[in-house]
Amino acid sequence: MKMTGAQILIESLKKEGVETIFGYPGGSVLPIFDKLYDSPIKFILTRHEQGAAHAADGYARATGKVGVCLATSGPGATNLVTGIATAYMDSVPMVAITGQVKSFLIGNDAFQEADITGITRPITKHNYLVEDVKDLARIIKEAFHIARTGRPGPVLIDFPVDVQMQETEFAYPEKVDLRGYNPTYEGHPGQIKRAAKAIEGAKRPILYVGGGAVISEASNEVRELASGNGIPVTMTLLGLGAFPMTDDLALGMLGMHGTGYANHAIMESDLIISVGARFDDRVTGKLDEFAPNAKIIHIDIDPSSVSKNVKVDIPIVGDARRVLKGLIKAVKKPDTGTWLKRIAELKEKFRLKYKDDDKIRPQYVIEEIWNATKGDAVICTEVGQNQMWAAQYYKFMKPRTILSSGGLGTMGYGFPAAIGAQIGCPKSAVFDIAGDGSIQMNIQELATAVINKLPIKIIILNNSCLGMVRQWQELFYKKRYSHTCFTGACPDFVKLAQAYGAVGIRVTKKDEVKSAIDKALNTDNVVVMDFHIEKEENVFPMVPAGEAINRMIGGMA
Amino acid sequence: MKHTISILVENKFGVLARIAGLFSARGFNITSLAVGETEDPAVSRMTIVVKGDDKTLEQIKKQLNKLIDTIKVVDFKEGKFIDRELVLVKVPVFAENRKEVLEAIKTFEAKVANVGSKSISVEMAANQDGMIKALMELLRPFGLLEVVRTGRIAMSVEDMDLKSGGKPEVNE
Repeated sequence: MKMTGAQILIESLKKEGVETIFGYPGGSVLPIFDKLYDSPIKFILTRHEQGAAHAADGYARATGKVGVCLATSGPGATNLVTGIATAYMDSVPMVAITGQVKSFLIGNDAFQEADITGITRPITKHNYLVEDVKDLARIIKEAFHIARTGRPGPVLIDFPVDVQMQETEFAYPEKVDLRGYNPTYEGHPGQIKRAAKAIEGAKRPILYVGGGAVISEASNEVRELASGNGIPVTMTLLGLGAFPMTDDLALGMLGMHGTGYANHAIMESDLIISVGARFDDRVTGKLDEFAPNAKIIHIDIDPSSVSKNVKVDIPIVGDARRVLKGLIKAVKKPDTGTWLKRIAELKEKFRLKYKDDDKIRPQYVIEEIWNATKGDAVICTEVGQNQMWAAQYYKFMKPRTILSSGGLGTMGYGFPAAIGAQIGCPKSAVFDIAGDGSIQMNIQELATAVINKLPIKIIILNNSCLGMVRQWQELFYKKRYSHTCFTGACPDFVKLAQAYGAVGIRVTKKDEVKSAIDKALNTDNVVVMDFHIEKEENVFPMVPAGEAINRMIGGMA
Repeated sequence: MKHTISILVENKFGVLARIAGLFSARGFNITSLAVGETEDPAVSRMTIVVKGDDKTLEQIKKQLNKLIDTIKVVDFKEGKFIDRELVLVKVPVFAENRKEVLEAIKTFEAKVANVGSKSISVEMAANQDGMIKALMELLRPFGLLEVVRTGRIAMSVEDMDLKSGGKPEVNE
């Protein structure tokens, strides 16, 4: 049957199982929006294109499906850029569709023209400019395939408005044919055998688990390998949830704001089993001093992650889940009795702690959220202190329950991501843990959340400043608080919530924290909770930039 | 260290920008770059000469392999490949120096590509940068009006199976 490009797009998205698109209309996508008008695909109109990109990202992270966002040419497309870069850094499967000016005007500085394939080249896994409507179905098929396979990532399709109106026969391809793209899923059996041998002979092994384990749905395998062989587990920010935090073997997050026991354990280890993690600089600290006595097994689907930062002894390129399955079969239990005793010691010595007084300490707020939900919630975070407190004090129990911009560190990510997550997981309790700085970066999405009846709980840890930057200024810049304090200029978040039709709750006393959270959980609306926390509260422990990760400030219990 | 990297890519628009972007994003200056169609018109080959530390180049090669449009990446090592570069040099000539110029060209087994009223253009293919530089030095006293170089192209000398579509099986 003959169809227009716009129609082919909608039909192809249906073939890909797309149920929801996040986006914003504009001149160069009018033919597509006309077809959306009577399409079964749910369209979520955000209030800013950046919100649409983050919402698609949150939807993808929470469900494992490909998130889809749509924007017009020029400013619509450039407003997606931060969201695309965020998804790229954290390997999130996403397809971003942008309108483009008419084909014959491209390169002409036409109204609302931007070279978005050029702009997004280094922040997409791949991108396309549709030149001929006959290529469209193949391009969409390839885009979804590329986005969700191998190391996932965002793919952008730039779609000129005249091509949206051209007609051709529609036939959705059955297969993709990309000779330059063949991700490796099965680990090399010889390497798996070597890894098993290394584990068997290790005295102080540690599992170092990253976002790749969550993406490949390997958390059961992580648990089996850890529990079956007595191996403690530390996780990166994006790896949280891959292993339950209440388990004795769980060490929590490592790195710059990791737990003291995780950092000391990895430094003392003699074997690191890295699963879908990339030895990021926030994790390793000073590279030459990182885990000096450890052999490293690196399991990763992306060969370019292997030996990028640290020298790897046993690289295994493959899908984390499949490799771990092989490893579990091949491995014999090492004797880690003494090591686990040492771990218990470290856990006692470097216990996370904060001042327990009558003030609202942010860590206490997070603990109360944990007490109210027990891991049964999706926790989105913004970036900065709020993010680190959430990572330290919420005991993540299941994969896909922490949504946080780890790689790019995008302030303003959490709330729109929560919108995506709540749409993808309508039955889950969804929180956005925010600071008063971050929440203002995409506050306009309150309208989106309210109109779509998404009962998201926004926790503002309000210290009237950009806390993490202020903390660095306090510690390393002689308390010269250059442009980090919002004192006297913070909006009234309760009134702001009310203005959008959401519920606002202000909490200024410690004994109101618990009841406020309970009230929010029982409210079937967006709730904005404004917790007035201690301004000078810092995130500890902390490894100063460029230091070895066992040299922490404020680590000791 | 200098590397000669040969990349088979899909013959599509935007591919060159993707590849060049991987180098520029890491602050690497490409010494030379030559692109052309192969025996298969849907496939192009790029030969890139680049200087850089081995660790960063290793990372770039992995990133090159990651690109969807990249089919194969080969980093040629010494002795396993042949390479050539073509250079065109324009030199001013007068009645007095004509003989001397032609003599110099002959020494290098270079060819006269064009004779103009006030200049001649010389072409030479060479497998070493040194040869091209030496030719330029020899001609410099006459005055170098213009020098144009193609950049290096390289090919493996290993035997290969025609049935495999003519794609060389070179160790990466």
